[in-house]
Amino acid sequence: MATTTMTMAKALNEGLRKALDANPKVLLMGEDIGRLGGVFRITDGLQKDFGEDRVIDSPLAESAIVGTAVGLAIRGYRAVCEIQFDGFVYPAFDQIVSQVAKLHKRSDGAYKMAMVIRIPFQGGIGAIEHHSESPEPYFAQTAGLRVVSCSTPNDAYWMIQQSVAHDDPIIFCEPKSRYWEKGEVDLEGPPSGLFDAVVRREGTDVTLIGYGASMKTALRAAETAQAEGVSIEVIDARSIAPLDLGVMAKSVEKTGRLVIVQESPHTASVGSEIVAELTQRCFYSLRAPGVRVSGYHVPYPPTRIEEDYRPTVDRILDAVDRVMGFES
Amino acid sequence: MIDEELVQLLTPEGERVQNADYESTLNGDEIFGLYRDMVIIRRLCNESTSLQRQGQLALWAPIQGQEAAQIGAGRALAPMDFTFPTYREHGIAWCRGVPPENMLRLFRAVSNGGWDPQKYRHSVPTVVLGSQTLHAVGYAMGIQRDGAEEAAMAFFGDGASSQGDVLEAFVWAASFNAPVVFFCQNNQWGISTPSSVQSKIPLYHRAHGFGFPGVRVDGNDVLAVYEVTKRALDSARVGGGPTLIEAYTYRIGAHTTSDDPTRYRIDAEVEVWKHRDPVERVKALLAREYKVKNSDFDDVAAEADAMALQLRDDVLAMSRPDPLTMFDNAYAAPHPLIDEGRRDMIDLGISEGSL
Repeated sequence: MATTTMTMAKALNEGLRKALDANPKVLLMGEDIGRLGGVFRITDGLQKDFGEDRVIDSPLAESAIVGTAVGLAIRGYRAVCEIQFDGFVYPAFDQIVSQVAKLHKRSDGAYKMAMVIRIPFQGGIGAIEHHSESPEPYFAQTAGLRVVSCSTPNDAYWMIQQSVAHDDPIIFCEPKSRYWEKGEVDLEGPPSGLFDAVVRREGTDVTLIGYGASMKTALRAAETAQAEGVSIEVIDARSIAPLDLGVMAKSVEKTGRLVIVQESPHTASVGSEIVAELTQRCFYSLRAPGVRVSGYHVPYPPTRIEEDYRPTVDRILDAVDRVMGFES
Repeated sequence: MIDEELVQLLTPEGERVQNADYESTLNGDEIFGLYRDMVIIRRLCNESTSLQRQGQLALWAPIQGQEAAQIGAGRALAPMDFTFPTYREHGIAWCRGVPPENMLRLFRAVSNGGWDPQKYRHSVPTVVLGSQTLHAVGYAMGIQRDGAEEAAMAFFGDGASSQGDVLEAFVWAASFNAPVVFFCQNNQWGISTPSSVQSKIPLYHRAHGFGFPGVRVDGNDVLAVYEVTKRALDSARVGGGPTLIEAYTYRIGAHTTSDDPTRYRIDAEVEVWKHRDPVERVKALLAREYKVKNSDFDDVAAEADAMALQLRDDVLAMSRPDPLTMFDNAYAAPHPLIDEGRRDMIDLGISEGSL
């Protein structure tokens, strides 16, 4: 197995490079992605190697980044759009939900809306407002879209390539707080399908499901719990829409207890959907109601206090205690 | 009233007008062809209004008064160009070869589109106005990358000119010198909102602020619209960049069949514009200059009537789609929720279709 160690940022960069190499119709588009390499340097060096026609520095207009990607898709191109920060995606919301999501249907299949909309999401970097949000539930709710999130460099490297090659539009959520963390990347082949959930750590007492930046917190919580004698199975959802419920149900049938961790507020969230689905599928296996550990129902707070908003190891362990201590 | 920079080649009475920048290049047969297009599309449009009144369509968006703007622009296109319409571009669809019954599938509420946009190189209707201008610019960027001598054309109106997407499309088209023509039909009314609320300057002036040319053409003069559009497309195809064309025209009818224009505009205004009818002025020219006989005009009317009858038959034959078709093409690749929905519908006996 040919593996190498790199950061998630570098893995995304290498994955995009592979995608550009593999298909001349692949284009990158976004604000400051060319000469600068993007504010997070995810596209560093790609314009130099692939030219200004394929790595396009765009005007500052998110609706146009996505709207022109639609026209390019109609012409047979595959645009990878970079939205600079989560909170900046809303000017493009109309194009994403009314056009990108619906044009394959509206054209009776004549148009493929093959494109990837990359969004650095979630908090944890001490930024100012609009730079730390979790907009994925908005997109997960929209038919016609698919939403995925990577949590490791290996997934970042492969999932971005799988997303670019996919024929449906994909909202690709990147946990920006993990951009600079290193991990092993297997250059030989993808670890799993783009829409597969994977078990990151096996356990027997509680199923803990998350995605993106929450995975690291979840794994830490599982380690801590192990020391206290509670065995947690940790699942990385990876695909937020559609959800790979088979993997999740199998785990809950084994553990009988379910905790979700996510940074978005929990009302109408991805976690809500997971709890509802698994309650239906695993009702007789469940020994306690599923619990969501989420961001609070407030605008994302000033980041001096963001660690009291984002799910922490302690808040996850508190939820684990609650499902372990539940008596029917 | 009418801007002095308005490009006009034919007066409302059908008299030729000398213009310093444009001259008509069309011969008598070609002009007769434009007349025929306008008569047919007006007749089909009127038939559609009737069909809606009789409960056979959910809605209809008439184009009466705008026939010259749409036929002039539509016939200036080359086969390989690609057009991005709103829901009111029936004349453009006609010129692109879209079968009339396909235009009505949206309004019969049996489809969200109605035709194969790749086949006719005419995109599906856009209802959220303005979005399509960005699609046209993106498509034009694709043309550039392919090195093709083609152009994209975006259609919108005075109402949509206030949408952010239209202004972003102007920025992008200028920045990338995209081969796109923005064709704005200023029909004076965005439902009940007069164009003076959308813009304090003539709309075509906006182009200059974005760094590309803007032209205002008499939208009821099919000869002028044809020449202005053709020049803009020719320029775009060879690297000349975008042009904004403002076709100055008037929506004689209602916004849609759900609208009541008597609540917001006076009859006298409509009467003024009826005297500028786009079909009558070409007819006058053809009769006077090309000695076209009444029987030839009658033949076109009879042809249009026959097509209207056929359209009526075709619309009445459009039946309710199988409910299972709602799952078709929601996604390009297999999706578990699509499978689940189909299964559910079959289990409930809503559809007898098979998985």
